[in-house]
Amino acid sequence: MSFEWPWQYNFPPFYTLQPNVNTQRKQLAAWCSLVLSYLRYHKLYTIDVLEVQESSLFHNKKIQRKLPIEAIQVVFEELRKKGNLEWIDKNKTRCLIMWRRPEEWGKLVYQWVSKNAMTNSVFTFYELCNGDDTEGEEFHGLEEWLLLRALQSLQAERKAEIITLNDSKGVKFF
Amino acid sequence: AAAPGSEPVLVAPGTVMDRFVWASGLLEINETLVIQQRGVRLYDGDDKTKFDLGTVLLSTHRLLWRDHKKHDCCIALPLSQIIFFEEQAAGIGKSAKIVVHLQPVTLNKEPGPYQSSKYSYIKLSFKEHGQIEFYRRLSEELSQKRWERISVSQPMQSPSRSQDECFPSPANVWSDAVLKLYMEEKAFEDLSQLMKKAKEMVDLSKLIANKIKDKQGDISEDETIRFKSYLLSMGIANPVTRETHGSGTHYHLQLAKQLVEMLQVPVEEQGGMMALTEVYCLTNRARGMELLSPEDLVNACKMFEALNLPMRLRIFDSGVMVVQLQSHSEDEMIASAVETVSEKGFVSSEEYAKLVGISVLLAKERLLLAEKVGHLCRDDSVESLRFYPNLFLTQD
Repeated sequence: MSFEWPWQYNFPPFYTLQPNVNTQRKQLAAWCSLVLSYLRYHKLYTIDVLEVQESSLFHNKKIQRKLPIEAIQVVFEELRKKGNLEWIDKNKTRCLIMWRRPEEWGKLVYQWVSKNAMTNSVFTFYELCNGDDTEGEEFHGLEEWLLLRALQSLQAERKAEIITLNDSKGVKFF
Repeated sequence: AAAPGSEPVLVAPGTVMDRFVWASGLLEINETLVIQQRGVRLYDGDDKTKFDLGTVLLSTHRLLWRDHKKHDCCIALPLSQIIFFEEQAAGIGKSAKIVVHLQPVTLNKEPGPYQSSKYSYIKLSFKEHGQIEFYRRLSEELSQKRWERISVSQPMQSPSRSQDECFPSPANVWSDAVLKLYMEEKAFEDLSQLMKKAKEMVDLSKLIANKIKDKQGDISEDETIRFKSYLLSMGIANPVTRETHGSGTHYHLQLAKQLVEMLQVPVEEQGGMMALTEVYCLTNRARGMELLSPEDLVNACKMFEALNLPMRLRIFDSGVMVVQLQSHSEDEMIASAVETVSEKGFVSSEEYAKLVGISVLLAKERLLLAEKVGHLCRDDSVESLRFYPNLFLTQD
């Protein structure tokens, strides 16, 4: 299924940061939603700001509109506040995108674990992300840094414990 | 001063206050008072003199100065002594002045207040203003040189005649009135006055001509003629001036009423709103001679509300000022703007101005207003600034 752009994507004002506060709020919400669904569709977890500026996400060639860099920064700041984005560097040139927040991932993993009655089992990170057993699951293909955060949130809920196996990380579920 | 009968002092060229002679302050027969101005100080060249506050009088023959308290302290000099004169603009803490350059003193001059002076000019310092009119009258007298044609003789000494007779007699009042009328008719024969007025008129006409030209592309000839004719029809017989109504609030009050009367139709025809700059041009064009300053216009417009007049001065966020009809409904204006934009899909300020028949400035303000209340949103690209219906809020 090809990516479905929202109606705003072809609306020229979408690419101008709106001065009216209420309008801007709606506009930014639409941008946040678009960014997350686009990255989810393409299974991207990190973004280079300069690169993404030229991608079809922010540049609609058909209507010849581009979201200016200042506005992109505003959108990213919104995402950061909502917990979906983390800057990797101080200069804010690269960021981690969590189109699903770690807590949400944790929930999915735990659901899978309980569904398959595998609590009290131990898994390596690799197994969870890339094992045959998890193929077809949404969290399959998840990058390890994100899985770690997901498991950390489960750990906080005492539903899991992160352990160090011989030369890799693993987790035990409760 | 040299005593009468003794040898007068011969003075070298370049001296000044010595041109003055003591005078009685009485006008001679056939000498007419042209103008007088209070609050004047005399300078000998650049130096202050003891004649520091008095009335300066201009007659057809002489320039006189009389102390404001001691009326018997009065000095005069013949206009024929004046070579030329010039204005010296006011500065901070300094009054405006007229500098009068004089010929060297004659040998057989009557006694005066000064034996000699090192300057060749005097200054009249106008502490209570009036220098503009005085300057004008002095120019006229010096160009007409009536003293050469009208000979004067000493007035008959009458003990009952008080020193206050420097005030014009009934005969002089009548001739002054006639004189004033004559000079107003001849105002444009003074070339410098003409040039000044002409420039103002030319600037105003250009402004209005351009406006007409801009409209001509889209509106019919009929409408153009109508526009031109209501400009002409706005001639005002008696413009409210500072002289007739004083300055300050009373003046602005009268002005406000006059403005509303004059602007009702043009503002209505423009859709209920007109930029203050346009108002300024229209009113001054109609007034002709007694032009309004921008400050006076703004102050008068600010009084609309207090006077319960059917117009308002309105200032937009951008700082643009407009005069708006009270009956003018803002909601209607916004609704119609949104309707127009929806029909067209999107508009720029210029396009909207053309569609509605108003100035680009007002068109932009209207669109910005609609954006402010959330009915429009903007698309700012390299092509232009455009406004769209605000689908962000309506389409969810």
